[in-house]
Amino acid sequence: MKHYLLIVVLWFFNLAHTQNCTYTFIGEVKDFHDGTPMSGATVYIETLNSYTTTDINGKFSVKNICNGKLILVISHIGCETQRLDVDINGDTFRVIDMEHHIEELHEVKVSGVAPKKLTKTAQETQLNTKTLERFSALNLGDALREISGVSSINTGNSIVKPIINGLHSSRISVITNGVLLQDQEWGIEHAPNVDLNSAGSINVIKGANALAYSGDAIGGVVILKPLGISLKDSLYGKTILTGQTNGRGYNVTTSITKTWKGGWFASGQASKKGFGDFEAPDYLLTNTGLNTRAFNLSAGYKTFEKGFSFNYSHLKNEIGILRSAHIGSINDLVNAINNSDPILIEDFSYDINSPRQNVTHQILKAEYYKRFKRFGRFEIQYDYQYNQRFEYDVRRSDDNKPAIDLNLRTHSIRTGLKLDSNLKTVYNFGIHLRYQNNFANPETGIRRLIPDYDRYDVGVFAISNLKWGENTDLDFGLRYDFNRIDAQKFYLTSRWLERDYSNDFNNIIIGSVFGREIQYGVIDFDAQQLLTNPVYNFNNFSASAGISHKINKAQTLIFNYGLSQRSPNPSELFSDGLHHSAARIELGDLRIKQETSNRFGATYQLNLEQLDLNIEGFLNNIKDFIQLVPFSTEQTIRGAFPVWNYEQTNAFLFGIDFGATYKINEQWNLSNKSSFIKGRDTKAKTALIDIPSFRTNNILEYNNKKWLDFNASLESEWVFRQNDFPNFNFETLNPTTQQMVLVDISTPPPAYNLLHFRSDVTVPLSEKTNLNIGLTVFNIMDTSYREYLNRLRYFADDLGRNFMLQIKFNY
Amino acid sequence: MKNLKIILILSMLIGSFISCDNDDTPTPIVEEEVITTMTITLSPVGGGSDVIMQTRDTDGDGPNPPVVTDPVNLTANTTYNGSIELLNELETPAVNITEEVEEEDEEHQFFFVSTNSIATFSYSDMDGNGNPIGLSFTLTTGAAGTGTVTVTLIHEPMKSASGVSSGDITNAGGEEDIAQTFNVVVQ
Repeated sequence: MKHYLLIVVLWFFNLAHTQNCTYTFIGEVKDFHDGTPMSGATVYIETLNSYTTTDINGKFSVKNICNGKLILVISHIGCETQRLDVDINGDTFRVIDMEHHIEELHEVKVSGVAPKKLTKTAQETQLNTKTLERFSALNLGDALREISGVSSINTGNSIVKPIINGLHSSRISVITNGVLLQDQEWGIEHAPNVDLNSAGSINVIKGANALAYSGDAIGGVVILKPLGISLKDSLYGKTILTGQTNGRGYNVTTSITKTWKGGWFASGQASKKGFGDFEAPDYLLTNTGLNTRAFNLSAGYKTFEKGFSFNYSHLKNEIGILRSAHIGSINDLVNAINNSDPILIEDFSYDINSPRQNVTHQILKAEYYKRFKRFGRFEIQYDYQYNQRFEYDVRRSDDNKPAIDLNLRTHSIRTGLKLDSNLKTVYNFGIHLRYQNNFANPETGIRRLIPDYDRYDVGVFAISNLKWGENTDLDFGLRYDFNRIDAQKFYLTSRWLERDYSNDFNNIIIGSVFGREIQYGVIDFDAQQLLTNPVYNFNNFSASAGISHKINKAQTLIFNYGLSQRSPNPSELFSDGLHHSAARIELGDLRIKQETSNRFGATYQLNLEQLDLNIEGFLNNIKDFIQLVPFSTEQTIRGAFPVWNYEQTNAFLFGIDFGATYKINEQWNLSNKSSFIKGRDTKAKTALIDIPSFRTNNILEYNNKKWLDFNASLESEWVFRQNDFPNFNFETLNPTTQQMVLVDISTPPPAYNLLHFRSDVTVPLSEKTNLNIGLTVFNIMDTSYREYLNRLRYFADDLGRNFMLQIKFNY
Repeated sequence: MKNLKIILILSMLIGSFISCDNDDTPTPIVEEEVITTMTITLSPVGGGSDVIMQTRDTDGDGPNPPVVTDPVNLTANTTYNGSIELLNELETPAVNITEEVEEEDEEHQFFFVSTNSIATFSYSDMDGNGNPIGLSFTLTTGAAGTGTVTVTLIHEPMKSASGVSSGDITNAGGEEDIAQTFNVVVQ
């Protein structure tokens, strides 16, 4: 390990008194973690304008100084600058603990400029602040698409859920500011409730190799971190204003942070977003407006050795859903698919009518950590999440009465212990406890899609990071999770019998329902509904292992393996109802067990002067993979409805994610990002549904520092047609014509190629403030297209051209 | 110890949050939006006994199919005055949805279609804008034969679109609340 310069700045507080300035200060610089002396550091004494260095024992001395106060500022390129006061009273000796774990320093740095990975042997990518700021007016899912191998599954353009290597929803964990997001994430039309503007960086870890965060993230983990806090007196912030033509709206976000050198800090951030109807190239997308309000407050005390913080965040999203996507019957769906334009197109409006969603997510968090010398770091965190989801359908009587009113409350406690006194072997232990309550408000007058339930989770993990020689890192992790779901669910008696539950599950019936009256202890199949109390206990094991080896300065190889188990979520067990935009009845299954994934990953990285290359491959074999597939058709007064139910099969996914940047010269860059993935149902020997098609992005970038740091780039986004899809098409009788018609719900839309342009300049206003002005044009050619992974693709085209002007003010 | 204090305060906080959970049993929901039953009463003009066409699905969107009058027997070359009653029989007593449709008549329209030219239809009612609703209508049979009659109720149709007010469903848009086909024998 190389040691860099240590700078010690010396201040004399005493005035030119007639003092005896003959004292000596001796300092001993040691590593905080293992106590080893840090030799070869240079000490600069400002008043004397002289240098000295620490010797082989980490010691240095300053001679002929007076009594008084000494302020030392020690810095190290690999270490955080350390500032400390020393009282000189005669000859003085002091041990100075230095931190030289680069990975630990992120939290005390003003901004993480260099990409900082959270793991060494996982397939991990980081998006930095600058990249995230470009997406200020958009969604988390939009920003994550910057990463090769990450795409999104959309409901329109405002509900964007990330897909990592073909997996999404409950198979992905989102961690925001240390809190594992619990926001009804199972549903495809439930986008993660985070304000992208609150994140300073986002790390995406593919696969279940981040056991410290969660054990069941078979697809991967998305970690949003706020900007770090510096340990000095300062006040800084930024404001970003974005206006865009498509949707005729704006986004404004502003943040301010005050830090004190003692370690205290307070920060606040707020965003507001407002859009009207978005536009496809040929028509307006009626009722696709969007309103978002978010704010975030933090305060606390942070030093290297200990700290605590309190955080509160509030996010409110009101999202309009394309009016034409609300349909009543399979006939309406056939009409929508066969019509090239949406059925209802109205004039532009900022109004958000039904169908719409109104979701509020609040997080309250308290955190405490302490580092112990020559031992490690202990942390404990408590968080409370309150998620309130309203969904409004087009109703006969009252559109302002929600069709879904779910209230999800989650309490979590996380403790972690990191033993890092020996840099070569670091151990991490942790216990996670969680209690969750879901309440479905009966006032909706519509049968609950998700029942009331209590959920209890306990997770225990142990992870070790070993350094094997100079160039090899090894990781091993084990995790055990216990999940208990205790639900109270009403079944239509006819549904109970149709599902054949009467053979296996009559013991969970606790009452029969006649009208609105529950008769407890009675099992009567003539009752309209049955009240049941399903209780599930799941024991899940996860393991991960990884090796990263630097072949030479330029090349690195990573291999990893992850075993993970995921319990079925409440929607997979209990879903029960008509899905309006899909015109289908979706049913959970009480018999569903957990799924088990075995994933192998391999990465090759090449970093040359002119060329950066990153190739990631994976194989993921998922036993008892839970999926929603067509099952039968049921007749109702509105005609026939297809019934889709959750089933378990075996799945095999594999793919390659490719990223390369070639530096042509100082100004020009050429880069490519591509991802290829296949997903197979190995039992049915068909393709899996909703697997992203091959896509490749080519970007030509120009940068000139002399012209106000001018950047411009032209990007071609080429998405191929998904030719490997399961054919779930069926025929239905058109009651008007009395003829059978094909319901083509499976055929993917054609390939498309979009061009995007981006440019920005930075104008320095003063030493600490600057103004950045950016212009972005999405879909320059105004190309009409539909994306296979947009659930509204049956109803309307995707977004047309969009000019976006962004003004960013840093202060 | 300061740390101990913080941990204590934290755990007290947690305790107070967890302890405020309610363990109420859930209230059963009787589906409000569902139409379980459509009863069409056809009275022959000039006297005779009424003909009933009915579809009734007592479990709403549940798995059981609706029970439908099959076949509906009509007399040839006869005009019938039709009236439609909609019920939600999941509720006891049943809720009359006809009234809701009448209240929001501009947002509803019935469409009638037959095959094999066994019948023609005309509207006998209109909403505030002078557009048809279809809660009352006339059905005129032709010569003897068999075929089907399909009755569709559309919520939020575009009544001003071409052909819609004269009973053509093609451009109506909106969403189907009812779509029921009856087998009809005209003799």
